[in-house]
Amino acid sequence: MPPCAIEFRDVMFSRAGDRTVLDHFSISIEAGETVALVGRSGAGKTTILKLVNRLLLPDSGDVVVEGRPTRDWDPIVLRRRIGYVLQDVGLFPHLTITDNIAVIPRLERWPEPRTHARVLEMLQLVGLPAERFESRWPDELSGGQRQRIGVARALALDPPVLLMDEPFGALDPMTRAELHGEFHRIQQQVRKTVVIVTHDMAEAFALADRIGVVDDGALAVFDRPQAVRESRDARVRRLLDAMPGLTARSRPS
Amino acid sequence: MTRLFAFWSAHRTELVALLSQHVLLVMVSTVVAVAVAVPLGIFASRRPRLAAPLTAIANVVQTIPSLAMFGFLLPVPLIGGVGARAALVVLVLYGLLPIVRTTIAGLRGIDPVIREAGIAMGMTDRELLRLVELPLALPSIIAGIRVAAVVGVGSATIAAAIGAGGLGEFIYRGLSMVDTTVILGGAIPAAGLALAVDALLYGVERALSRRRKESARVVTALAVLAVLAVGASAVASRPAAGAVVVVGSKNFTEQLVLGELLAQTIERDAGLRVDRRLNLGGTLICDRAILSGDIDAYVEYTGTALTAIFHEPVVNDPARVLEIVRDRYSRTGRTLLQPLGFNNTFAILVRGRDARNRHLKTIDDVVPVAPSWRAGFGYEFLERPDGFPGLAKAYGLRFAETPRVMDLTLSYRALASGQVDLIAGDATAGLIKGLDLFQLEDNRRYFPPYDAAIVVRAETLLRYPELRTALDGLSGRISAADMRSLNYAADAEHRDIAQVVREFLQKTTP
Repeated sequence: MPPCAIEFRDVMFSRAGDRTVLDHFSISIEAGETVALVGRSGAGKTTILKLVNRLLLPDSGDVVVEGRPTRDWDPIVLRRRIGYVLQDVGLFPHLTITDNIAVIPRLERWPEPRTHARVLEMLQLVGLPAERFESRWPDELSGGQRQRIGVARALALDPPVLLMDEPFGALDPMTRAELHGEFHRIQQQVRKTVVIVTHDMAEAFALADRIGVVDDGALAVFDRPQAVRESRDARVRRLLDAMPGLTARSRPS
Repeated sequence: MTRLFAFWSAHRTELVALLSQHVLLVMVSTVVAVAVAVPLGIFASRRPRLAAPLTAIANVVQTIPSLAMFGFLLPVPLIGGVGARAALVVLVLYGLLPIVRTTIAGLRGIDPVIREAGIAMGMTDRELLRLVELPLALPSIIAGIRVAAVVGVGSATIAAAIGAGGLGEFIYRGLSMVDTTVILGGAIPAAGLALAVDALLYGVERALSRRRKESARVVTALAVLAVLAVGASAVASRPAAGAVVVVGSKNFTEQLVLGELLAQTIERDAGLRVDRRLNLGGTLICDRAILSGDIDAYVEYTGTALTAIFHEPVVNDPARVLEIVRDRYSRTGRTLLQPLGFNNTFAILVRGRDARNRHLKTIDDVVPVAPSWRAGFGYEFLERPDGFPGLAKAYGLRFAETPRVMDLTLSYRALASGQVDLIAGDATAGLIKGLDLFQLEDNRRYFPPYDAAIVVRAETLLRYPELRTALDGLSGRISAADMRSLNYAADAEHRDIAQVVREFLQKTTP
C-alpha cells in the first residue's frame, strides 16, 4: 500500500465571524489515487484544497502532506510541490502560453533549454500542438484549451500532488466529456495524487478512484464509486437524486 | 509671427538652454515622483485603510497653487529656498497624486483569480508583484506618469519665479516687460513640449497595451533614449560649474537691468564667474534667498527693506533710513553698500495731457479733482503701510470708487489708455517717458526714500575682496534719469537687457 500523500487529522476550521467550515474533518488520501470531493456550494470543499497547499492553516488538528504537517512546510516550497487548477484557470493574460507554463520553472532557475523542453512536453501531454499554441495569448483560446493550459502549467514542475477546484465547471457538456477522457489519459501517464473538488456527482463518478461526500463541514462518506452509489446515507442520496440521468440508472432496484 | 521667430533666433542659445533646463526639471521630478509614488501606491493598495487618507493628502497637495507652494517652501531648510532644488520638490509633490492614484487603480483592477493563481503556484510576494501585478498594472501606471509629466511641464514654467530657470523665464520676463512676443517665446515651446511629452508617453502606453513584446520594447527603448539624450544635452548645456557669485533680482524690468548690471560689473571688474538668478518672485523671495545663501547679492531699496523686510515704522529722512537698514542687515550677516544714486520712490502718476490741461504739479493739486477720478494700484501698494491708506490720509484723497487692484506693470498702460486716471508707479519706470505720463510731486513728503543699494552677503565679501571694490565702483553712478532711460530701452524699445547694460557700463565706467 503506498503511503498517505495527504491526510487531514481532526481538522477544525472556521471563518472570521466564527462560522464553522470544517468540523472535526479527517481523511486519508493515498499517493497516486484520484479523489473527488463532492458537496453543495459552501460545504467547505474549496477550503479543504486551500488547507492542502497552505493558502489556509487549520485552527486545530493537522493537515499532513507527504508526512509533514503544512504548518511545518515552507509555504513556497510546499506550493511548488502541489499543482493547482482553478475553475477560472487564472492564466496570466500578459504572458504567452509558453511563458505561462514556464513561469515557475524559471523561478526555480531551470536552464532555459530545459524549461523550453518541458513546455513542449506539457503541451504535448495536454494535447495542444506546440507549433500552433506556444506563442499564442490566453484570450485567443477557447475555454477548453485554456483549461488544458491550466493543467499544463500546474504540472510544469512535475509536482506529486494536483489539486483541481471545479476544473470543468465552466465548460459546455461536450467539452467537459472530452476533457474527462483527456484526464484519464493524462493521469495514466503521470500518476499524480489528484484531489478534485466538484458539486457534480456525475463528474465524480467519471473521474475518481474514490469519492468523498462533504456535508456541513464533515465527511459523510468516503469510498469507491460503487459503494457511494449504493449508500443509504441521506446526505449522499440528496446529491445522487440531484443527478437524474445518473441516479435513474444507479438507483438500487 | 515674424517677430516671434526673430526673437527665437536672437535668443537661440538661451532658448536651447532654458528648454533643456525645463526638460531636465520635468524629467528629474517625474522620475523621482515615479520612484516615490509607485511604491507608495503598491503599499496603499495592500492596506486599503491607508489608501483613502493617502489619496486625500495627495489631493490636497494638488489643490495648492504652485506659487503658494513655492512660498511655503521658501523658509524650509534643505528642501526649500530658491533654485532648482526647491522647484524639484514642488514638481515632485505635484507628480505624486496622479501616479499614486493610477498605481492603486491598476493594482486593484487585477482579477483576484489571477492573483490567487500566482500565490497558489508558489510565488513569493515579490515574485507576484514583479511577474504578475506590476506588468498588469503597468498601462494604468504609465497613464498616471503621462498626466504627471504633462502637468509637470506646465508647473515648471512657474519654477522660474524662484530662479529654477526653464521656459517660464521668458514668460515672466515677457510679463514684466509687457511684451507679448517674449511671453509667447516661452509659452509656445512649453506648450509644444507638453504635447511632445504627452505623445511620447501615449506611444509607450499603446505599445504596452498592444503587448506585442517586440514593439513595446522598441518604443520603450526609444522613449528612454530620447529622455537620456535630452538629459545629457541639458547637463551639457548647464552653466559651467564653479560659478562663484550668485546675483539675484526681483521680477520687474528695473530689477532685471540692475541684476544684469551687477553681474556684468562683477565679471568685468572682479573677474569672478557669476550665476544669474534673475527674476525671483518678489521682495520676500529675494530676502530669503540671500539670507539662506542661495544668492550672494541683489539690489534692494532702503524704504522697502525698512518696512517690508524689517517691519520698522515709516521714516522719511533718507540718511536715517539708510542707517537703520544697514544696521539691521549687518546683524543678519549682510552688508548694505552705498546707494547707487537714484531714489525709486512711488510715483503718483497721471496722464501728461491731464497734467498740462489742468495744470497739475503736485499731489495736492489732484485732491479737488480726485472725487470724479478712478485710481488703479498694484496690490502691494494697497497693502503696504507706506502705501495707499497712509497716502489717502496724508493728503485727504478721495476717489469716485475704491481703487482697482491691478498688476503694477499693466497699470501704466491702463492709465495711458484711460481705464484709470491715476496710478502709483515707480519713479524710474521707463514707461513714464514712453507713454507720456506725468509724475506729481510728493509735496508733503509722504513717501519714505527708496534709495537703491546693493545687499551682499558679508561672508561672500570677505571671501572675495575684489568683489567689494568692483561693487563699490557702482555707488552713486546711476542717476534717476539713467535708470529711467535704461528701463525705457528695455521696456519700451524691447532691447536686449544685457546689451543695454553693456553699453551703459562702457559709457559711464570705461
